[in-house]
Amino acid sequence: MSSYQQYIDLFNAQRALIDEHAAPVLNAQREAAAEVLQRVGLSRPKDYTHVDPEALLAADYSLNLSRYAVPTDRSDLFTCAVPELSTSVHYLVNEQLVSHSREGDDGVFSGSLREFALRYPDIAARYYNRLAMHDEAPYDVRTQSTNVTAHRPLGEAALNTLLCQDGFVLYVPDGVVVERPIQLISLLRAVEDFMACQRILIIMGEGAKASVLICDHASQLRDCKLLSLQVTEIFCAPYSSLDFYELEEHHADCRRLSSVYVEQHEGSSAAVGQYALTAGQTRNRVFIDLLGHDADTHLYGLCIADRDQQVDNITYIRHRAPKCHSDELFKYVLDEEARGSFVGRILVQEGADKTDAHQTDRNLILTPQCHMVARPELEIYADDVKCSHGATTGQLDPVALFYMRTRGIPEAEARLLLMFAFMGDVIDGIRIDPLKDRLKHLVEKRFRGELTQCRTCAIKK
Amino acid sequence: MSLLEIHNLHASAAGKEILRGIDLTINPGEVHAVMGPNGAGKSTLSAILTGNPQYEVTQGEILYKGRNLLEMKPEERAWEGIFLSFQYPVEIPGVSMVNFMRTAVNAQREYRGLPALTATEFLRLMREKRAVVQLDNKLANRSVNEGFSGGEKKRNEIFQMAILEPTLSILDETDSGLDVDALRIVSEGVNRLKSAERSSIVITHYQKLLEYVQPQFVHIVYRGRIVKSGGPELGDRIFAEGFDWVKQEFEG
Repeated sequence: MSSYQQYIDLFNAQRALIDEHAAPVLNAQREAAAEVLQRVGLSRPKDYTHVDPEALLAADYSLNLSRYAVPTDRSDLFTCAVPELSTSVHYLVNEQLVSHSREGDDGVFSGSLREFALRYPDIAARYYNRLAMHDEAPYDVRTQSTNVTAHRPLGEAALNTLLCQDGFVLYVPDGVVVERPIQLISLLRAVEDFMACQRILIIMGEGAKASVLICDHASQLRDCKLLSLQVTEIFCAPYSSLDFYELEEHHADCRRLSSVYVEQHEGSSAAVGQYALTAGQTRNRVFIDLLGHDADTHLYGLCIADRDQQVDNITYIRHRAPKCHSDELFKYVLDEEARGSFVGRILVQEGADKTDAHQTDRNLILTPQCHMVARPELEIYADDVKCSHGATTGQLDPVALFYMRTRGIPEAEARLLLMFAFMGDVIDGIRIDPLKDRLKHLVEKRFRGELTQCRTCAIKK
Repeated sequence: MSLLEIHNLHASAAGKEILRGIDLTINPGEVHAVMGPNGAGKSTLSAILTGNPQYEVTQGEILYKGRNLLEMKPEERAWEGIFLSFQYPVEIPGVSMVNFMRTAVNAQREYRGLPALTATEFLRLMREKRAVVQLDNKLANRSVNEGFSGGEKKRNEIFQMAILEPTLSILDETDSGLDVDALRIVSEGVNRLKSAERSSIVITHYQKLLEYVQPQFVHIVYRGRIVKSGGPELGDRIFAEGFDWVKQEFEG
C-alpha cells in the first residue's frame, strides 16, 4: 500500500475538521486533490535522483489540523534584525501565519492565505491551485516527444492541496510597485515528528513589481523529524516583475518536498533563486511556464551539502511563446558523503521562435564518497532558437590550491576561498543587493562550519 | 649558518626521475643564478623547494635555516620566508587580489605572532607595494591573475613578493615574455628587496635580468644535476657560446 493512503484515510475521517479551519476556496479543491493523489501516487526516486517522497511520507507525522495556536508569542520567537534589507517581514510557524496580514491603500495584500481566501474568494479561486493541479499541459507538442511523467500533476503537490489550511499570499494589483522587499520567515517548530503543509501564492498584476525573500528555518525542540511539504504558485501577469528567493536553513533531520510553479505572461520578468544552505533531505521542483512573448526568466540554485545530506533540484522551463529568454545556473558543493542531483529540462515548443535559453550546472565534489548526478535535458521543437547547456562536476583545482599555499594561505583557508569563489556567480545573480551581501556572508559561514542559523533572523528557541 | 643547504637531492614526477643529485648551498645575502637547457630540472628544483605535491623527493635532504625543509608544508615554508615567482602564474577566478593577499599576509603575521593588519593598514601596504612594480590599481581589484596579460602576471608576482618580503626568493623565469620596460620594473622590484639577510635564486635564460640583478654565483643544471658552478663570468660564457660546451664536457 502506498504511503499516501494514510493521508486519504485521514482526510476522509477528518474532513469536517480540516474544512472548518480553512477557507471554502481551499476546501473546494480537496476532492480533486484526493482523486489526483490516488491516480498518480507519490513520486519515487529515479536512477538519477536521491530523495524518495514516497518513503519520506510513509512516516507517521502529526499534523495540526485543529489549528492549535503555536504556543509562543511572535515576539518571543523572533527578533529579526535586517535593517539594511528594510523588509516588511512576515512570520510563518509551520503553516500558520503568526504575524498580521497587511493590506495597503494601494491594494497590496500580504499575509494569511486563509484570510485572503475568505476576504477575496473570487481572486483566490481564480489562482489557487491552478498551476499545481493543472500541470497536465494541454498544449500541442508532438506526441512522440512528451514525457508523460513530467507533465503529470505531482502527488506531493496534490497531498498539500488535500490537507492545506493556511499559508502566505502576496497579491500586487496592476501597476503597483512594491518598493521594499517582502520577507517571509518560515519556521518549522515541533516537539514530535511533524508535517507542515505550507502553501504560498503570489499574484503579480500587470506591470506590478515586487521582491520576496523566504527564509526557511527549523527549530527542533526535541529529537524529531520535521517534514515541510510545500507548494508555491506564482503568477506573473504581462510586464510584471518578481524576484523570488528562497533560502533553506534547516537542519539534518528536516525533510523538504517543495514544488514551485511559475506562470509568466508577455514581457514579464522573474528571478527565482533556491539556496539550500543546510538541508537534511530536500527535493526542490521548479516549473516555469513562459506563456507570453518576451518573457524573461532567471533561475538560480545553490546547494552546499555535507554529512549524508541529499539535495535534488528538478527544474523544468517551458518556452511556449516566441522571443522569451531564460537563464539557468545551478551550483553544488558536496562534501563528506552528501548526494546531489540536478535535473534541468528546457523545452522549446514549436512556434517559440527566437527563444534564448541557457542552462549551466557546475558542481564541486570534495570527497570520493560524494555523489552527484547532473542531467541536462533540452528539447527543442522550434527552428530559430539559441539554446545552450553545460554541466561539469569536478574537484578543487590543485594548481590554484598550491599557488595559494605558496603565498602562505593555509590549505583549509585556500580551499574555503576557492569554494566561496566557485559560488560567486550564482550569488551575484541576486537582484537585491543587501540580500546578495547577506548570502555571501551566510555561504562563507556555512563553508567555515560556523552557520547554525541565519544570524540576522536571530530566532530564539 | 647557511640559509639553504641541498644535499644529493633526487626527485621525480609521475614516476620519472628529474633531479639526480643536486647539491647547492646558499648563504644569507647571496644571489644565485640557475641556468640550463630546457628540461634540465630547473623548475623542478623550484617546485621541490616550495613543496609542490606533484613532485616526489626520492633521496637527499634540504636544510633551510637549519630545519628539515621537506617536512614543512608549502604554507609553512612561505611563513618562514620562501617565495616562488611562478613561471606560469595561476589564474584564480572569483578570488580578489585584495582578499588573496590579505589572507596571505595575515596568515604570515599570525605565524610570526603579529596582530592582523586592519583593512586600512593593508590597503596602505598594497598601495605602497603596487607602486614598486607599477601595477595598475584596476588589476589589484580584480580576481587573481584573471585576464592579466603575460607581463602583468609577472609584475603581479613581484608585487606579491614585495608584500611578503621573503628571505629566500626564487624567480622562475620571471623575465620570460617581458618587454624591456617591464623587465626593468621587475628587476628594480627584485633589487629593492636585496639585503644582507635575503637571498635569491634566479632561474633564467636571458642575460638582461642577470645584468640587472647581478648574481655572485652561476650554476648550470643539466640532466638533473648541477654540472658547473662559477661566478658571473660563467653566465657570460653561456650567453656567448650556449650550452653545447657544457654538455660535451659533461658527457665527454
